[in-house]
Amino acid sequence: MSLLEVTDLRVSFPTADGVVQAVRGVSFSVERGRTLGIVGESGSGKTVLTQTLLGLTPGGQVSGSAMFEGNNLVGLGSRAMQRIRGKEISVIFQDPLTSLHPLYKVGWQIGEMIRSHDKSISRQQAKERAIELLGHVGIPRPRERVNDYPHQFSGGMRQRAMIAMAISLSPKLIIADEPTTALDATVQAQILDLLLRLQQESDTALLMITHDLGVVADIADNVMVMYAGRAAEKATKRDIFYLPHHPYTKGLLESIPHSSASRDRLKPITGQPPSLINLPAGCAFHPRCAYVMDRCLGEQPNLTPVGDAGEHRSACFLPAAAIGLTDEAEELRKQTVEMGRHAEAAAIAEAIAAAPESEGSVIA
Amino acid sequence: MTGSLTTSTDSAFPSDHTFGDDVLVRVDNLVKYFPVKGSGLLARSVTNVQAVDGVSLTIKRGKTLGLVGETGCGKSTLARCIAGLIPITDGKVYFEGQDITNLSRQQMRPYRREIQMIFQDPYGALNPRRRVGSIIGEPFAIHKTASGNARKRAVQDLMERVGLNPEHYNRFPAEFSGGQRQRIGVARALALRPKLIICDEPVSALDVSIQAQVLNLLADLQDDFGLSYLFIAHDLEVVRHVSNSVTVMYLGRVAEAGPGDQVYDHPRHPYSAALLSAAPAADPDSAAQRQRIILTGDVPSPINPPSGCRFHPRCPKAQDLCAQAEPHLEPKAGDPSTHLTACHFPVEAGEDLARAGRREQR
Repeated sequence: MSLLEVTDLRVSFPTADGVVQAVRGVSFSVERGRTLGIVGESGSGKTVLTQTLLGLTPGGQVSGSAMFEGNNLVGLGSRAMQRIRGKEISVIFQDPLTSLHPLYKVGWQIGEMIRSHDKSISRQQAKERAIELLGHVGIPRPRERVNDYPHQFSGGMRQRAMIAMAISLSPKLIIADEPTTALDATVQAQILDLLLRLQQESDTALLMITHDLGVVADIADNVMVMYAGRAAEKATKRDIFYLPHHPYTKGLLESIPHSSASRDRLKPITGQPPSLINLPAGCAFHPRCAYVMDRCLGEQPNLTPVGDAGEHRSACFLPAAAIGLTDEAEELRKQTVEMGRHAEAAAIAEAIAAAPESEGSVIA
Repeated sequence: MTGSLTTSTDSAFPSDHTFGDDVLVRVDNLVKYFPVKGSGLLARSVTNVQAVDGVSLTIKRGKTLGLVGETGCGKSTLARCIAGLIPITDGKVYFEGQDITNLSRQQMRPYRREIQMIFQDPYGALNPRRRVGSIIGEPFAIHKTASGNARKRAVQDLMERVGLNPEHYNRFPAEFSGGQRQRIGVARALALRPKLIICDEPVSALDVSIQAQVLNLLADLQDDFGLSYLFIAHDLEVVRHVSNSVTVMYLGRVAEAGPGDQVYDHPRHPYSAALLSAAPAADPDSAAQRQRIILTGDVPSPINPPSGCRFHPRCPKAQDLCAQAEPHLEPKAGDPSTHLTACHFPVEAGEDLARAGRREQR
């Protein structure tokens, strides 16, 4: 059985401008000791999704279920959630400076986390444990640094302190929301290394939310790509990177500069992500999709198996065999699109092809 | 560093082969210190944040110089010095052969038209209470080059050029997305047809799909207007994509400089090698194979930088000499004369720095 099993999770927020449909029916599971990477752009719903799991989206209307060790996290009372949050599931946020209280010593904050879940531990014991944890996450001279305030730590050290706090109660699942985005490349490498090491030591499951495909390539086992509150594609890491099916996944991979193709023109995805209040009908990606067909305009595609392996699923009407970045796959896509595209869809496709980004000469 | 300081200003399309004429900006030994006051008993003592400490570089016409380095290495300070936004402590900045170091506001004015900046945060860089037309038209107003209907036409041309709908002339920045706002910033920088645009992390705040749109736009504009870019970013793949040459900075100094492919494929400075190995590549197989060089510790304080080579406390190859003598930025054995490295013990081909680094950690 999976450690966490999320089924058809939906989250919406009523606002003055209308209902923001942040998450629109997402299902996934996380296994013990494995890492699931959730990739998506700003506004794709990835952060709301994980905060909902922790009961951190007050005011949101939530439906669906999230089974964690026999408990449904959706609709769990705040007392029960407090027992799980921190102890069973812990979080590492993007910005370590705002996640730490500036007026309390780092060691005290870690100790507080421990004591809030087990009152029998004395302050002194909690402090000793904090020292041990700080040493474990690679803070030099932890016995001295435990009495420092967050501003005396560098960005990388603060993130280490956050990680120390997150692992202090040996949780079964760690949710890391863009944990390295605010950090420099060399520090990011240190932190990813640390997360991997800790995971191997204690068989913790990791839910890694990021917009950085490089981070996912580095540490994820499985990947879910999100677009406009839904899963566009789910697969093992290698399938996502080498055999993408959904045009959005393909578009993401093609928009990042690759060292091998230095100075070639990038292939961006045209247009902007949609407003979550006013979503396009049918597939939410269709106004930006170069493979738009008639059915994409009215019908919402669901995740269906593609490729050979059963694990690879994509929410797109293109044929299951159209995976990867090869010429054959592209030919198959073109053929399908030609047959399935008329009046309105053809007009959208033309508009996409004529968008300013695809104009201009190729640079030498 | 060689090359003449006299450059002709009239040739818009210089040939690549003549050195000197193709140099747009030359920075010689630039130093920028920020004084900080001590506290308590030391209130009267003044120490310096050595943000930039003796950096030399050249930016060629129509080319892009990429500047990489971690937070606090001085790359943004250097950019602001070149743009003349903050006074320089020591050293020289030449623009088309003219010394523009620490000019008065009045003297600097003509150069402000030639050197423009694009900033990182497309939300913070635009005044939220002014309409887009007035934001992009501001340079025309300041330099009194166009007014009234002519200005409006010029602004709408610019908007069209950067991929914005000219009908949105009267909208406010809040009505645009992040990528579109960055386009507004680009249009404003482009208004006076500058020769150099300093891009300080222009795509860091954007999503990858939008980032590619803006990078393509910058490439098109460079082709069309013969622009030079000083391109600062922490994303190494992005810098490699846009740059002809690359300068790697560490703690206010240049660690390595040279043609992009040369520096990326054959880094000689251990810091460049570590930085490049740390950058995550969106390719699982190469990520699995790669030996990451994990540096220990953090970047030291620029108030009290380490002696000798500033990288030595974190360097897996450091020896006694590194703490004593400061290495010169020079071509190392076997490198082309354009590839400069400031290191006593440069990385050799095939050397396994990852292993050296791990030993250090234990």
